[in-house]
Amino acid sequence: MSVEAHEIVPMPAPADKGATIPQAVRRSLSSPWATALVIVLTILWTIPTFGLLVTSLRPSGPAVNSGWWTVFTDPELTLENYVEVLGGGDVMAGGILPYFFNSFAIAIPAAIFPLVIATMCAYALAWVPFRGATLLFFVIFALQIVPLQMALLPLLQMFNLGWSIGPVTVIPDLDLGGTYIPLWVAHTMFALPLAVFLLHNFMAQLPRDLIEAALVDGASHFTIFWRIILPLSVPAIASFAIFQFLWVWNDLLVALTFAGGTPDVAPITAYLANIVGSYGAKTHLITAGAFIAIIVPLIVFFALQRFFVRGLLAGSVKG
Amino acid sequence: MIWQQVLDGIPKLGTAAAGVAVFFGLLLIVFFILGRIRGRLANPVAMLAFLGPAVILLIIGLVVPTFQTVYKSTFNASGKKFIGLQNYGWIFTTESNQQVLINTASWIVIAPLFSTVVGLVLALLLDRMRRESIPKSLIFMPMAISFVGASIIWGLVYAYRDPSQEQVGLLSQVVLWLGMEPPNWLLLQPWNNFLLMVIMIWIQTGFAMVVLSAAIKAIPSDVVEAATLDGATGWRLFSRVTIPMIRTTLIVVVTTIMIATLKIFDIVRVMTNGNFGTQIVANEMYSQAFVQFDVGRGSALAVILFLGVIPLVAYNIVQLRKERAVR
Repeated sequence: MSVEAHEIVPMPAPADKGATIPQAVRRSLSSPWATALVIVLTILWTIPTFGLLVTSLRPSGPAVNSGWWTVFTDPELTLENYVEVLGGGDVMAGGILPYFFNSFAIAIPAAIFPLVIATMCAYALAWVPFRGATLLFFVIFALQIVPLQMALLPLLQMFNLGWSIGPVTVIPDLDLGGTYIPLWVAHTMFALPLAVFLLHNFMAQLPRDLIEAALVDGASHFTIFWRIILPLSVPAIASFAIFQFLWVWNDLLVALTFAGGTPDVAPITAYLANIVGSYGAKTHLITAGAFIAIIVPLIVFFALQRFFVRGLLAGSVKG
Repeated sequence: MIWQQVLDGIPKLGTAAAGVAVFFGLLLIVFFILGRIRGRLANPVAMLAFLGPAVILLIIGLVVPTFQTVYKSTFNASGKKFIGLQNYGWIFTTESNQQVLINTASWIVIAPLFSTVVGLVLALLLDRMRRESIPKSLIFMPMAISFVGASIIWGLVYAYRDPSQEQVGLLSQVVLWLGMEPPNWLLLQPWNNFLLMVIMIWIQTGFAMVVLSAAIKAIPSDVVEAATLDGATGWRLFSRVTIPMIRTTLIVVVTTIMIATLKIFDIVRVMTNGNFGTQIVANEMYSQAFVQFDVGRGSALAVILFLGVIPLVAYNIVQLRKERAVR
């Protein structure tokens, strides 16, 4: 049992390849020109990233003072920039590694929490009959409309000062500054509307007999959830988890707002945005740092492209 | 040196693991206790336990903040004095802000349009190629790169040096090879806005291509055959059959990229920080709220973004529901 992209986004199932392609269009476009155009566009799309990689591998002198394409006439490459950026040397005191670890420490829980909570919510909406289930589902779905920016200021204040309505303290000041918790919580909150929507759609398609049989046997909803729903939903959860992991890994706005720029909690994107401003002349080091930051998503992307595409197609409407 | 850094980093992963463990621990305890309840209360209790966490987080994280932000947008910088709609007046009447609004408007028109058109062309062309997976992967790849990373990548392309010196920016060098003199790209108003949009287009084209390609593959063969028998070929087939058949997907792609573009903040922040006439609403909101600490203006700008997103998301939802109803 697996969730296909077309089950979570408006995309009709791909029919037999070949037979479905407009033959006439195919004939008129399958000229050498078409192939050439694709090759040109592919090269255009790849060159900027290739330039980053090459620059990051060149010694400081040439990297700063000549274009990366001169590497073809002056092929001198080194890993020194990476040693400096990773370990932290004279220029980059402390290096990038603390931020690299922060990114993992933020992104992994921030991918797990919303998915588990959303799975529970989606299960109740789909399989525990109660009045107003449809309305609640629609309200949660509609919350996707709220952009992150709307929630940033009030949330920041809540994390910093607690939250009280008049004299009643609803959430006390928990002194969470300098921990990952505000980041985990914020990312979890922002991921929920979409996650609930997608998982609900998936779960509603699970066989009714299975769940009803378990209920008749006297299993509680909790048992059904752990033993039946969760295992069956793994494919849908995995697809969305990959999307959510990359989303959090690449996020800058939430990171800057809730983590500041300290090596204690700030992720790699915040560090990069910071060094671009302050080390503008150290091209060779900035490019090495940038490549370290994008290598994780690229590995995930190329290794799990199928899942990534599903998650992305599904997640592309994320608020 | 590096190993020391790695050793220092491991406790951070431990913290994350502990966080996950505590989370699941709490969940198990709650499930274990509430799972013992039988009889008439079983269903309501289960409902509360399953819905509670999500509903509470959504109320605290999205519902309440939305009202708070709207409320705060009517207050002054320190958030203490009520000033009515003055912050909105400031947004719409200040000259620099009108520039911000115009820039944002051109972003949400140009970036989605170009990404979708190029994505559609690529989807059509790739459909006919034998080895479509390699170009597809490479063009789709920028989608996995963060906006910050993409900005650094494109910073290299746009780098400017005096034409008498050796060039480091690819774009400048290409212009020199063509026998012209390169300008200082990111200072070149208003074209610098378009250069920043190119980064967004670079990222979103792959998305448009993948989704549209799937939609094209899904056009039923009998429709195409019937059209071909009626004599439709080439452009006519494309405009009369292919485009109408993928119309809904096309609209969803455009609106989805529009929503992403409206909220984009990282590219402008990293490339120019909104200087040289490139400011957009999302970055101005961040600057006002977290650099100038003007809560009122920051909130008002967030509300503007909200109002901009609403029709797009609403339209998207209607389209999604329509499509779902059809199938």
